[in-house]
Amino acid sequence: MTTEILTHPSRIKVPYTWSAGETLSRFFKALRDEQKILGIRCPRCQKVYAPPKKTCGTCFVECSEWLEVGPSGTLLSFTQASYVSPAHRSSKPFFGLIRLDGADTAFFHLLGETNLQSLKIGIKVSPVFAEKRTGSILDILYFRAAN
Amino acid sequence: MKRTAIVGCGQTDHNGNRFDVTGVELIQEAVSRALQDAELTLDDIDGVVIGNMDHFEGINGVELWSISGNGGILKPTIKLTTGGTTGSTLAIGGYHLTASGLFNKLLVIGWEKNSESDTTGAITTAFDPVWDRLVFAGAISGLAVEASAYMRKFGVTEKDAARAVVRDRKHAVKNPHAHLRREVTLDEVLRAPLLSDPIKALDICPRTDGACAVIFANEDYAEKICPKPAWVLGAANRHPYAYLGDVEWYPLKSLDLAAKELYAKLGIKEPLKEINLMELYTPYSFANLSWIEALGLAKPGEGAKLIWDGVTDAGGALPINLSGGVLSTNPIGATGLIRAAECAHQIMGRAGERQAEGVKKALSTGFGGCFWSDILIYGSEKPS
Repeated sequence: MTTEILTHPSRIKVPYTWSAGETLSRFFKALRDEQKILGIRCPRCQKVYAPPKKTCGTCFVECSEWLEVGPSGTLLSFTQASYVSPAHRSSKPFFGLIRLDGADTAFFHLLGETNLQSLKIGIKVSPVFAEKRTGSILDILYFRAAN
Repeated sequence: MKRTAIVGCGQTDHNGNRFDVTGVELIQEAVSRALQDAELTLDDIDGVVIGNMDHFEGINGVELWSISGNGGILKPTIKLTTGGTTGSTLAIGGYHLTASGLFNKLLVIGWEKNSESDTTGAITTAFDPVWDRLVFAGAISGLAVEASAYMRKFGVTEKDAARAVVRDRKHAVKNPHAHLRREVTLDEVLRAPLLSDPIKALDICPRTDGACAVIFANEDYAEKICPKPAWVLGAANRHPYAYLGDVEWYPLKSLDLAAKELYAKLGIKEPLKEINLMELYTPYSFANLSWIEALGLAKPGEGAKLIWDGVTDAGGALPINLSGGVLSTNPIGATGLIRAAECAHQIMGRAGERQAEGVKKALSTGFGGCFWSDILIYGSEKPS
């Protein structure tokens, strides 16, 4: 006779409130209120971070020189996710690695109004802002090929 | 094995709410201060070890997420996490890794932003999912049952425990890094709102946002970096059980065994006389009585007498928690490492207003998990 093995289904649900801190709050507020994208320059290595960092991780000095970057940028690479994941906000989303004009760093964001045939590494892309903005990176709905 | 020492420490000014910074930026503040204290730059550092409590911020890859603040960019970087003992495990890890000679100068970081989550909810996730979580009492109630058993066994009172709170909170006034820097009276402690009998609001540690960074260097470098390094003389730890019901409550078995091992190793026969200062991870008032008995400072049931006699106060024969201790500041993943940093700064003579005189030997502890204990002992003299 085999032993009946019992399982115990459960769910971990812990509430969090993460602070964006002063530096990223300034970035998100500019995005929300002025539809502007801000970067910050390291005083030592001169690298322009977008999104901004309070300190340069390599030089370990405080960054204080704010500047506007983009809003257009260059598509450094891209893909389309064809599989289904609860992490995706839409079906078969396009993801692009984008470096905004005037910035030295890139970030991932969604690509919209597009298809695999028209996307090419190196094309210019520009952001489409959400009508109702809340001060988050999703205030940019997606990037699309610049005209 | 190489002899190894702490050569620099940095702490944030701990607070209940550091919404002005992200966790990464909080960590960077402590690292920056530690580098400044040691007069080193990141180029001098061989590797980084970082830790915090799983689930407290919900960021489980903390070593990679915090890389721009932890100084680890393009260096060996690892995470050490053991719940409440995380900070002391980090100190022991720093000791082991530099003593091995595989790392010469290692940056060790503990941190927590308790303001960002529900502490008890997060702690629950450390316990067994098919048994403990369903009947989980929480950290405060777990400690409360220890206190009740201890009071009953020896006739210890709530007033005895309150005296230890008064001590720690008085010490915190002189520590610019401490979270709670207001003195409290016996009466205030006794009249504070009841949380879980016999623990009242002032008997228990606060929830703190803070970070601590400590730089370890082995004998090839320590004296070149620091004129009075805090040599690590040894470390010991014991992890007894996973379930509260299995724990031997008195004397706190894990601390008792770890202390006995380390005292024997270092030839310490009378810790009360031979150790000059202690920074204990005592997260609630009664631990300041019961656990010093496990450390061999007083006979069973006589810890309170030592506290009342002022032996452990600033200026006493064996000052305990000159930083204000955990009852004044508790950024959990940093807490055990702050104990190490405080001992080290006392030995280096860099403890500012809270500096004790002639600290030759200091002891720090860590506490967590299910009544787990870590101990480290530091000395001003280079071990032979």
